[in-house]
Amino acid sequence: MNALIVSALLGVIMMFSSFLLKQKSAVRMVATGGMFLLLLLNILEMNGTVLFHIDTKGMIAFDRFALLFDSIAIASTLLYLLLSARDMEKVGVNYAEYFALIFFILCGITLTSSFKSLLILFLGIEIISIPLYILTGSDKRNLKSNEASLKYFLLGSFSTGLMLMGIALIYGARGSFFISDISDIRVVTEAKPSVLLIAGMLLLLFSMAFKVSAAPFHFWTPDVYDGAPSVFTSFMATIVKAAVFIAFIRLFDEGFGGLQKNWQLLVGIITVATLFVGNITAVFQQSVKRMLAYSSIAQAGFMMLSLYAMNAASKEGLLLYTAAYSLATIGIFAVLIKMNDYTFDGFNGFARQEPLLAATTTIFLLSLAGIPLTGGFISKFYMLKATMEAGNNLWLVIFAVLMAAVSAYYYFRVIQAMYFKEGDARPAEPVSGAFRWTMLLLAVLVILIGVFPDLLLNWFYF
Amino acid sequence: MIPVLLILVPLLTGLATFFIKKESLVRYWALLSSLITLTVSVLGLTLLKEENYLQYKAEWMQTLGSSFSVKLDGMGQLLCLLNAVAYPLILLATWKSSYKRSNNFFALMLLAQAGMMGVFLAMDALLFYFFWELALVPMYFLCSQWGGEKRIAVTFKFFIYTFLGSLLMLIGILYIQSHTVNHSFDIASFYQVNISAKQQQFVFWLFFAAFAIKMPIFPFHTWQPDTYEQAPTATTMVLSGVMVKMGVFGLLRWLLPVVPIASYQWGDVVTSMAIIGMIYASLIAIQQDDLKRLVAYSSIAHIGLMCAAVFAENQSGMQGVMIQMFNHGINIIGLWIVVELIERQFGTRKISELGGLAQKAPAMAILFVIVALANIALPLTNAFPGEFLMFNGIFNSAGTKYAVLFTALAGISIILAAVYTLNMIRKVFYGETNPLTERVLDLRLNEKLALGIIVVIIFWIGIYPQLMLNITDGASASILKKADILPLIRKH
Repeated sequence: MNALIVSALLGVIMMFSSFLLKQKSAVRMVATGGMFLLLLLNILEMNGTVLFHIDTKGMIAFDRFALLFDSIAIASTLLYLLLSARDMEKVGVNYAEYFALIFFILCGITLTSSFKSLLILFLGIEIISIPLYILTGSDKRNLKSNEASLKYFLLGSFSTGLMLMGIALIYGARGSFFISDISDIRVVTEAKPSVLLIAGMLLLLFSMAFKVSAAPFHFWTPDVYDGAPSVFTSFMATIVKAAVFIAFIRLFDEGFGGLQKNWQLLVGIITVATLFVGNITAVFQQSVKRMLAYSSIAQAGFMMLSLYAMNAASKEGLLLYTAAYSLATIGIFAVLIKMNDYTFDGFNGFARQEPLLAATTTIFLLSLAGIPLTGGFISKFYMLKATMEAGNNLWLVIFAVLMAAVSAYYYFRVIQAMYFKEGDARPAEPVSGAFRWTMLLLAVLVILIGVFPDLLLNWFYF
Repeated sequence: MIPVLLILVPLLTGLATFFIKKESLVRYWALLSSLITLTVSVLGLTLLKEENYLQYKAEWMQTLGSSFSVKLDGMGQLLCLLNAVAYPLILLATWKSSYKRSNNFFALMLLAQAGMMGVFLAMDALLFYFFWELALVPMYFLCSQWGGEKRIAVTFKFFIYTFLGSLLMLIGILYIQSHTVNHSFDIASFYQVNISAKQQQFVFWLFFAAFAIKMPIFPFHTWQPDTYEQAPTATTMVLSGVMVKMGVFGLLRWLLPVVPIASYQWGDVVTSMAIIGMIYASLIAIQQDDLKRLVAYSSIAHIGLMCAAVFAENQSGMQGVMIQMFNHGINIIGLWIVVELIERQFGTRKISELGGLAQKAPAMAILFVIVALANIALPLTNAFPGEFLMFNGIFNSAGTKYAVLFTALAGISIILAAVYTLNMIRKVFYGETNPLTERVLDLRLNEKLALGIIVVIIFWIGIYPQLMLNITDGASASILKKADILPLIRKH
């Protein structure tokens, strides 16, 4: 509850800060400080200090799962701001508003991670989406940015429409918005769940699959991620996507858990399609930014495994995955934003110019590829373990592993360019010492998650 | 304590090496580190032999059922010793090679050593997988950064190939773990896992894919000659001397005892693959004009024999493999040292362009001939007891109907090995000198020292193999006990 209220307040404060503060650095300071405060308050709540007591009639529940994810999301955003806040200046003139929108998105994230009612889910998804439409189009003079924004808005509202319809159908079937009522014991024992319920569930599945860019609902992703200003792509592809996944798994665990046999195969097919499309298409990309867009689809495929398996390991694994994936991708984007040339060749010889940045980027790429000792490995490992435990589906595990091997191909192309090819790629302008330290911190976190995943998971239980 | 030190010393010194900026200092630092590792390893064999020195277990990733559990047993002793002996030799022999940004080079070399130590020591499947991959990543960087002309593409193939193999193994590990009684990755739980013969079949192939690619066994060998050729020689020495042993080691520790029934059932298929590979690789080696590729193919043949002997599943074969893993490592490093020397002096590795080196460089010729003869397992050299035991094992194997055929075919490859090795010696060291080889320089002190040590080891083990037999006796017996399938077959 702390994070929900305070993030909304901070959003409003940031909106007004553009009147009051003339200095851009001051705006940045306020935003970063605000984010830090938010993280602090959320951690306080994890330890039992709740500042606001509001009766939500059981529509919102800040349980450990939600709070832990909120902490991950806010901490990732804090690191994101430390790395990339300066780069937002270049996007447009409404500097303070961007921060305000990011705070509003976080407000939505706290809702989607803790909803108990479909209404709150809808509200959360919308609070996340609408600021994102604006951020995507924030580079107003850039045609591609405008195109991306429009595309995103049209397709996004279409999928929101599907979601609303689904919610309506479910309400028709169950007479309630509460997800606990959907998984009512009566449904489980019913030989045949009603058509309304199944239809509503499918509509929700499709609209959520759209939001996490799972195939075949992914077509907006490459264009939108490519067209949006890189700083915001970074945020969109990581924290926001992770948040929707958390909502996804909560909905299908608590809401449709009893109907698992009705959706499991479908989710399996979506998973396979997502893994396949994401990985295979990423191989053929020439631009690192587009490669990262497809890689985000591929990683979504891996996260879909947790949904498919739906057991204890998959929930733990998803938390790890969101943390490891967000941190690594934010780090890579932070470097990418600084580059002049977004193609693979644009990284040629980067290691010679910037040994530290190249080394940290390598760690992030290794993490995304799933090499041991990094967070990426342990989270992929959890996904495979969860799928294995879910029963008779070795084919899916083997397919996922084959795709992970494919993913090594395109991640290692960046490493090859940085270390083994001749060239003198360097950041467009000199990077600050603070930037380097933050990158180092990020790399340490990625490795720490990989070596001691229990550090993070213990919070889930104790 | 000893196993932890074996991993930590190269790991920490390796990480520190990244920050040593002084070029001249880096070499000494790496050598010092490798000597410390060697001392620790020898201590584990001699003074600190008690059980409590040789194992260590700490809690780690409890929620997953994994722990940091390492132990030095007989087989591990020998391979850790190989790893520890190989590094000082390699560093000494390539003392004069210069590398750009040499601190990174030596750092990665040491990290690879730490990874391989971990593989040989791990008593926990997940930990094993961790180290298995960690040994690979430094190798990738070493080969891609300091290798030959086609290094990037070749190394990438090597990496993707082995990465895919290890991922399949990961599935196997997960599968076994989910069927253990206490959902643990501990090796003891793995050895006690109770899965049906049918389930064992595909688990066998999941594991075997990783090991077969690493060894490599025909038809998974295509990465190997290219990688050996393109990698910087010091790295090639590590790859062929120590790293390929990870594959054979994996068979012995993680395959045979865990899925004994499938190992028995697929024994003939795997042995056939290994023997086809032996003859095939030997025939190609005969045709090779490139010294590096010749040694690379000869290595495929030797590893093939080890793989065949593993699946003979008897004491003699098993012990032969363990001893031969050590000896092959030593011998092949000796071969590489001379190949590197020749390449550095003449800028070519073509056998047809060389000749008459013995007249000008007698020391090099003598030492090389000894190593080469050891490579074809002449009696009194170290490879003889190993190969003899392996042949004995294959011939007396109770697990196959084709023991005689296998032995005969494998024997052919020994003859072929003599053909290509002696042919190479003849063409490179004897005959007339040509304008290129006129100005050959004989061995320098560091190379003499390295090759001298290798020759001493060759004769020592060749004349007195009992030491090695004692070390591996218990280990091979315990593997065979776990892999014994007769009671299991009766049960199913």
